[in-house]
Parts: sequence; structure tokens; C-alpha cells
Amino acid sequence: MSTDQTEGTHKKPTEPIQAVPVRHPGRWIGVGVIAIFAAMFVNSLLTNPNWGWPLIGEWIFSPPILKGVGVTLLLTFLAMLLGLALGVLIAIMRLSPNPVMSGSAWVFVWVFRGTPVYVQLFLWGSIIALYQRISLGIPFGPEMISFDTKTLIPAFVAALLGLGLNEAAYMSEIVRAGILSVDEGQEEAATALGMSRLQTLRHIVLPQAMRVIVPPTGNETISMLKTTSLVIAIPLTTELFFQAQVIGNRLFQPFPMAIMASIWYLALTSVLMVGQYYIERYYAKGAMRELPPTPIQKLKARLGRGGDDE
Amino acid sequence: MSRKDDLLVKPKPDVMVEAVEVHKSFGRNEVLKGINFEVKTGEVACIIGPSGGGKSTFLRCINHLEKIDAGQLSVAGELIGYKLKGEKLHEMKDKEVAAQRRSIGMVFQRFNLFPHMTAAENVMAGPVVVQRRNKNEVRDRAQELLTKVGLGDRGNAYPMQLSGGQQQRVAIARALAMDPELMLFDEPTSALDPELVGDVLDVMRQLAQSGMTMVVVTHEIGFAREVGDTLGFIADGVVADFGPPKELLANPNSERLKAFLAKVL
Repeated sequence: MSTDQTEGTHKKPTEPIQAVPVRHPGRWIGVGVIAIFAAMFVNSLLTNPNWGWPLIGEWIFSPPILKGVGVTLLLTFLAMLLGLALGVLIAIMRLSPNPVMSGSAWVFVWVFRGTPVYVQLFLWGSIIALYQRISLGIPFGPEMISFDTKTLIPAFVAALLGLGLNEAAYMSEIVRAGILSVDEGQEEAATALGMSRLQTLRHIVLPQAMRVIVPPTGNETISMLKTTSLVIAIPLTTELFFQAQVIGNRLFQPFPMAIMASIWYLALTSVLMVGQYYIERYYAKGAMRELPPTPIQKLKARLGRGGDDE
Repeated sequence: MSRKDDLLVKPKPDVMVEAVEVHKSFGRNEVLKGINFEVKTGEVACIIGPSGGGKSTFLRCINHLEKIDAGQLSVAGELIGYKLKGEKLHEMKDKEVAAQRRSIGMVFQRFNLFPHMTAAENVMAGPVVVQRRNKNEVRDRAQELLTKVGLGDRGNAYPMQLSGGQQQRVAIARALAMDPELMLFDEPTSALDPELVGDVLDVMRQLAQSGMTMVVVTHEIGFAREVGDTLGFIADGVVADFGPPKELLANPNSERLKAFLAKVL
């Protein structure tokens, strides 16, 4: 140290700076307050018998609930698929220079986005009843008539149509925003190579639009998973929440069963969020010089370093 | 301008691009006010001129990225965007226009590479998507073209990972992959850092020496003088001066070109 002082303090300018970091007392106060509330909440969870944890544990993996989870997942998946496919089509129609195309796309969005999905589901359910009544005289939509409307399948199809068409209206706007976000020069370069409008869309514009389309689509998927609880308007009774309610009413314990359904919904949306993260990462290809590490890679890196820095 | 005799101007066999009285307006703003221009096969034609004078618009008309309002524009003896049936002009369908564009390569000021594809995939995009050729079949050719523009080792890089000059050279390779008979360059070096301009110009010079017919809108007067066979000066929507570059630059015919050169040189 004595030599340092005689030669001045700038002897080793590349040495890392050793400084006292800024303190954040506010954060510690915040942690304290939140910890108190959390403790109170956990205490009530454990001590208040009305939560009915044993009941939840008893029913959470019961066959009707598992089947309800299956129906909810299937409905979410298929309705999103329908919504996405139709949404892309409507977005492309909406951007078409052909006024008939863009006009009808506009009307579709206007109708299906402008009315509540619960009402739409009710109407789809009613239409099936309507087909049943008039199927004898008017041959319209033979595959609809051939179904027995009292069985599950038509109710499921009605739910699918109700959710899917409503979703298509929202998805078309998301896809349209994605398409519009792609630089005009891209379309020009593709056109100059001799690509047709469709080839340009498929190979050049849509893959780039996906970066803008994926995050809100993940949002929509999560929203859809929860919206499936409205299909009782059809009525479709096999989905998760209605099944939980049926059991709850039978046991005169509706509250624990609603909590149980919530636990399922949360678990499913958590899985969807992970999926969304990786899809977003995939479509970031070429838009970032280097892809950021995944949480697993981050964890590995941190563990590998021995966790010496906080 | 759609008088019958105008349309029957017969293209000469050695002429690649022929523009006769080409007009183009955007709304009420007339950008091209009767362009007459001719590029012979194998020639390099450079176009200079002030911003907003219509030189880029004219270039974009040549491959029908812009539709002309009046006059006649043909490439290799074929009218662009229209066909003559009897005595009447018919607009071409999108498909037919796309087919015409395949033999015309274009390089843009801002490169416009496809960012979600690697350099090699960019070069293969035309043959794979438009000509529906097998990827493995065109991969060697893409590599060959990338090597030709000095980027043989960067095939797997995404455009984001390349410098502007490298991106522009990939863009040239991408246009060449369609085996065009005519190459259009829209201010290819204007968006580049000064030290990167040389590499791109070298590639273009090489291309010119190989006999490619080129129309180059540029601000590089030196390139125009050295490589160009003809030089057009487009200002206020007309070809205000035209001639062999060396003579024209040394002794401009028009006052406007004189004034322009005084500003840029």
C-alpha cells in the first residue's frame, strides 16, 4: 500500500472498482409489509376450514374433473386453431385491394367482435335446436341434421364454432397488425424477385409478422382457456368449471370446488406461458443478433459459476 | 399517349430497355413528364440527377413496381405490364407481370434482405419460391454467387449480423440467382458508410465487365464516368441531358447539368 501511495492511486487503472453500492431501504420496508400480509393469508388458508382443502384434494383428480380438463383443453386448442386459420384468412381479405373481399372481412369482424361471446354461444346453441326442429322439411347442412342434437358432439361443435368464430375476429386484427408491421421494402424485394402476392405473404411477410403476432396470440390462448367456462350458454356441460360446480352443488360445497377449478386453470395457463416463451424465441430468429438465453440456460450458467455473486 | 402509331414503335433487336415518352403521376404530382431513354444490350447506363427528379421512379417503372400512366416502356422487346391485343392495350394479370419481373433483377437502396433468412437462404429464395426448385439443387449455385460477391464464408449469417456493404452484396447475389438479363440498381451505395461503398462498386464493376446489362441510379459520379457506357441526367421528370459519361461530365450540354455537377463535384 505504501508504494501505491508514493506512485499515485492510478497505478492499476484496470482493477475493478470497489465501491459501496447504493442502499435501497424502501425495498426492505416493502418486503416487510408484503411478508406480513402473505403470512396472514397463509395462516387463513391453513386454519379456516371453509377453504376445504381435504375436499379439493379428494376431487381434484377425480374422473369428471379430469374429463372436464380434457374437454377444456381440447376446446381451447381447436377453437384457437379455427380462430387462427380463419383470422389469417380474414386479415388477408381485409388487406386485399378487392373491395368485396375487404368489405366482407370488415363486416365479419364488426359482427363477431361487436357482440358478447356469451350471447354468441347461446345463439349457436339455439341454432342447433333450430336445425333439430326444421331438419325434417328443409335439407340444409346435411351433416348437421344427421347428428342427434342431444348427444355431446353437436354441442361441442357449437361451442367450437362460437368460440372459434369470435376468436377469428380478434385474431384477424392481430394478424393484420402483424402484416402491417413488416417493412414495405420486404414486399417490394419479394415482388421484384417475381414472387406472387400469395408467395410473398407466405414466405416473406407472414414469417416476419409472426414476431408481432405471437405475443398477443399467447394472450388470446390464455384468454380462450378461461372463456371456455362460458360454454354452458350452449349448453355444453362437460367442461371443467361446470363439472366443478355440479360436484360443488351436490356436496353443498361450491366454494372449494371453484378454488379447485381455479387451481386447474392456473396450472394450465402456466404451461401455456412456457410454451409461448419458446415460440416467441423461435420467431425472434434474425431479428436479434443473438438470442437471449432461456431460463434453463440462465440457471445452468448461474449454477456453473458457483453462485458467488448474490 | 395511347395513339396507335406510338404503340407500334418496333423494338430494335439490340435494345434491352426502351422508354418512349413515359409519364407517371402520384395523385396530382406529375413525377415523370415524358422520359425517353434507351439502353442497349450489354450496356451499363447510369442515371444521375437531383433528389425528387424522378430517377428512382423511372427505375421502378422498368420492372413495373410503378405503373406508368402514359407512354411506352419495353424490356427486351416486350411491353412491361401491358400486352397488345389487336389495337388495344390490356393490363397484364399479376401472374404475367411477376413472370416478366423474373428476368429483371433489382437492387434497392436499403438492401431489403429478408431478415428471417440467412444470407444463403436469401440468395436461394428466388429459385426456391418462384421457380420451385429443390433447395439442395440451388445451394451450390447460391454458394457460388456468394463467393462471387466476396462473401463465400458468410452464407450462414443472418442479415443483422452483416455490415451494410455485405448486405448489399448479398442483395446483388440474390438478384443474380434468378439469372436476370437486366439488372436495376436503385442508389445501391447511398445507405452505406463511405468505407463500405468501394466493395459494392467493385462487385458492380465486375458484373458490368461480365457483360450484364445494367441501369444504375447513383450518386457515384466516379463510378458513372468509369464504368458507364451512357449517362442520363434526369431532372424535373425528363431526361435533361444524355450522352457518353466522360464527354458529358467534361462538357455538359445543358445548364441544369452544369449547375448540378457544380454542386456534387
